[in-house]
Parts: sequence; C-alpha cells; structure tokens
Amino acid sequence: MAENQQPTPAGNWAAALALAWIIPGGGHLLLKRPARGGLLAASVASMFLLGLMMRGALFQPQSGDLLTMVIYCGGFLGNLMSGILYFLTVWLGYSQPDVAGHVHDYGTKFLVGAGLLNLLAMVDAYEIATGKKD
Amino acid sequence: MPKVSLSHFEASLIFALLTSVVLGIVTKRSDRERIRYAAYCLVCFLGAIFGLSWLMYLGHG
Repeated sequence: MAENQQPTPAGNWAAALALAWIIPGGGHLLLKRPARGGLLAASVASMFLLGLMMRGALFQPQSGDLLTMVIYCGGFLGNLMSGILYFLTVWLGYSQPDVAGHVHDYGTKFLVGAGLLNLLAMVDAYEIATGKKD
Repeated sequence: MPKVSLSHFEASLIFALLTSVVLGIVTKRSDRERIRYAAYCLVCFLGAIFGLSWLMYLGHG
C-alpha cells in the first residue's frame, strides 16, 4: 500500500512547515486546524513567556570540549525553534546572563522547552500537510 | 516584563501541564484519544515529580 503513495510536492508542506516554525501554531492554522493550532500556540507561547519572566538565559553556540558544544549548540537550536518569539526577544535586546538560582535555571529550561514543543508542532504540521495524519 | 519567582513544584507542574497538552495534540488522531493521552502524560509527569522528590528527600536522610 505504501508503494502506491505518490510523494507530496514540496510546496504543499514546505509552507506549512515554515509557518509552523516562524509562528507557533501557524502551520496548523494554515492547514485549517484552528483549535489545535490555538492550543499549540498558547502552550508554546506560555512556556516561552514564563521562561522570560523567570529571567532564563538564551544560549549562544560555543565551541570547546564536546560536552560544551553539545549543550550550547543544542540549547541554541532549541531556542531558535521558537521562531518569532525568539527573534523578537533578541531584537528587543533581551540579554540575561546565566546566573545561579533555581528560578533562572527553570527559566532557561522553559525557553529551550518552548522551542522543542514547537519542533513537535512542526512535525505534526508536516504530517498533516503530507496526508499522513488528519 | 514582570518577574516571576516560582517554586520547584510550581515550575515543574506548569512544565508538565504545557508539555502534556502538546504531546496529546501531536501524537493522537482523535480528540478523545488526545485528551486521554494528555491526561495520561500529566499523571506520569506528576508521578515522576512526586516519586523523584521523595527519592531525593529519603536519599538525603
């Protein structure tokens, strides 16, 4: 059965995927799934904003030993996955140093977590656009 | 931007709630399944939070 499936044209899913990255929940809105898109947008935005309110730090890619590179480059990619939330935050000059304290630490994890949740939403939007899911 | 100061429990509870909602939405195909899976994830998160908290408490004596 899988052999009979035609590959989906890139244009069909690329726009949904790009919009899902830039605007959390936007891919689902484009694909006419407003309820799911709204819930995803609310979840990702809430987590990101709580991370900012807890004064979490944003990662910058760093090289050095392997562990440093994995943590900082991975964290940076996680932050980047939040799309417009991340870009706006950087453009508006948010610059929180990484300081000790459990609240700051949770904030940093919330900022990365928001990006990872948006990554899941992007995969979901891709699957809807390619017809693998309703 | 207001500053919030949450306890470990509050922060982990909010994280669990938001993550459960997203996991429910992206993994299942019907609304009923989504709600059930989100509730299941939340219960698992809560179990892990309380279980690990007690483990750390007892481990420290």
